[in-house]
Amino acid sequence: MFNAIVQVLDSTIRLSVPLLLACLAGLYSERAGIFDIGLEGKMLVGAFAGASAAAVFHSALIGLGTAVLISVAFALVHGFASITHRGNQIVSGVAINFIAAGSTIILGQAWFQQGGRTPALQPGERFEAITWPGADAVRDVPVIGPIYGELISGHSILVYFAFAMVPFTWWVLFRTRFGLRMRAVGENPAAVDTAGISVAWLRYRALICTGILTGVAGAYLSMVQNGGFVKDMTAGKGYIALAALIFAKWKPVNAMFACLLFGFLDAAAIRLQGSPLPIIGKVPVQFMQALPYVLTVILLAGFIGKAIPPRAGGVPYVKER
Amino acid sequence: MSTPYAKLPAWADYGLIPVINLAVAFIVAGFVVMLVGENPFRAAVILVEGAFGKGTGIAFTLFYATTFIFTGLSVAVAAHCSLFNIGTEGQAYIGGLGIALVCLSFDSVLPWWVIFPIAIVAAAAFGALWGLIPAYLQAKRGSHIVITTIMFNFIAASVMVYLLVGPLKPAGSQAPQTRNFLAGAELPKLNWIIELFGAKIRSAPLNICFLLALVMAFLVWLLIWRTRLGYEMRTYGHSPKAARYAGISETRIIITAMMISGALAGMMALNPVMGDQHNVAIDFVSGAGYVGIAVALMGRLHPVGIVLAAILFGMLYQGGAELAFEMPAISRDMIVIIQGLVILFAGALEHMFRPYIQALFASVSPKSVGMQAVKGTGA
Repeated sequence: MFNAIVQVLDSTIRLSVPLLLACLAGLYSERAGIFDIGLEGKMLVGAFAGASAAAVFHSALIGLGTAVLISVAFALVHGFASITHRGNQIVSGVAINFIAAGSTIILGQAWFQQGGRTPALQPGERFEAITWPGADAVRDVPVIGPIYGELISGHSILVYFAFAMVPFTWWVLFRTRFGLRMRAVGENPAAVDTAGISVAWLRYRALICTGILTGVAGAYLSMVQNGGFVKDMTAGKGYIALAALIFAKWKPVNAMFACLLFGFLDAAAIRLQGSPLPIIGKVPVQFMQALPYVLTVILLAGFIGKAIPPRAGGVPYVKER
Repeated sequence: MSTPYAKLPAWADYGLIPVINLAVAFIVAGFVVMLVGENPFRAAVILVEGAFGKGTGIAFTLFYATTFIFTGLSVAVAAHCSLFNIGTEGQAYIGGLGIALVCLSFDSVLPWWVIFPIAIVAAAAFGALWGLIPAYLQAKRGSHIVITTIMFNFIAASVMVYLLVGPLKPAGSQAPQTRNFLAGAELPKLNWIIELFGAKIRSAPLNICFLLALVMAFLVWLLIWRTRLGYEMRTYGHSPKAARYAGISETRIIITAMMISGALAGMMALNPVMGDQHNVAIDFVSGAGYVGIAVALMGRLHPVGIVLAAILFGMLYQGGAELAFEMPAISRDMIVIIQGLVILFAGALEHMFRPYIQALFASVSPKSVGMQAVKGTGA
């Protein structure tokens, strides 16, 4: 029983990492007043670019770098449309998701001829699990052994990076000048403009942060969780991350808990497949899968506290009106 | 949404700019084709020939167009009320559930011309219901319609998967779909119209839903520009504050607009379900709801534009299938890229070329852009 719980928690961590990275990515752009429906697409191109570059250059680090680069490029397209040309941010995000979904398959097929997959990554081309000192020694100790050996140790560097990004994002957001300005530009861009700070450049920088994190999220999917790119491998994770972001009320630490909750639901759904629960009886898998969305809708409706988005979110900034 | 840009003559606004945006989208798509190592011009020829070269091709093109007219109208009706309905996909999916319930109950006893109206009502009602909840939450609880409708797409998908692998699946079957409908739930084909012009059609699913789509396009035009409700919707879309001041009930207008939008989305399901597959299968909407966004944007939210844009996308779908057949390096996913580029250039970047065109107009004939009125406020 205890081992089963540890296993579920372990897969909870693994499943919530891409959500967490994408959620924090969305946090940067939404805090700066740019809605980003395109998290899904940016993750997808990140996953594809990462796996392709890693397979071609035989290096996990080059893969990660390429993933980040391409994902940032897509974020900049979003910025070009929604900041420079004041286009509708949601429309732009939808466009990015489409371009990502189509181009990853077309290019993948053209370059590797494996039906949209990239070549399976060899050991040196993916991020390996890191075994922490002493993990093997305590393995047989009850309680502490599984927790230290399975839960804390034995993940890839990207997992630790994702969780390290939580306090880092909090620090950036609430303890640096950039963070203060970024929050201000999401609430009242005119005030930031009056203070002589460029609204556009601030928002572009926020989007670059978004691109970096979605790139890492994509790389995690194709280079850690899976040994290569498979078409549509993000499978709605970008939207769940968006849901988690709202659930977390646009706060970094809450975001971590929201992503862990949604990751746990996913892990539990996989674990429970078909087997009945005590008291409740058999729960359809689809119900567990829909739960994150249902919870978000209920939260948005204001039944569990109130989610108030950044005030200037979704509104293009027009100088001097 | 207010645009900080000066006016252009109507023909440039509704004709020239969309055409330029579309052209840019296709040029970029051409580069992708080159990147894959094929000739973009040959690809374009295959695409157009595949869509319009033969009678069967035309019938398929119009069949796909029918679907996109419904979803495009759905997105447009909500957009006139400044509501971004991304939930068309889910509303169409749930609309399919309504059709399935009607067809499975009555297909053995009633003829198609009795079932069809009932199915229309059921599809519209189910779609409208799926649009009602996000609308209510937006109007009463202030939750953002875009996010709620996205969530509802996923919830719809889960509900339908649950029903199609469980209660709606016939016993002993493995495929996640309902049983095939009997002849009573099959809609008559329209292929004979194309055959009147001398073209030959082997088998194509073009059916009377196409006519229904055209009627709905006309009704939407009537609604938006010739009725009080449409006027109120447009007023609210331009300025919620002005609408409130004019005594228009915010709740009523949001809920009505979203229910009409949802109903149109639900009716989309008639075309593939009753006109082609004769069952409801998992993921039968397959992204048509999202295509609706591109169609509505390209058609500039006007029914005539939407019908034309829907035919264009129908052409891409049908021609794209031919293209995938002729050029092995290009699969049907090429359409997804083109769709994305069209949404990007005709939607998000719709103002990119505007200042240049405006400057051009201003230098050729200052009157056409109303120079006197807007002096000094140029973009």
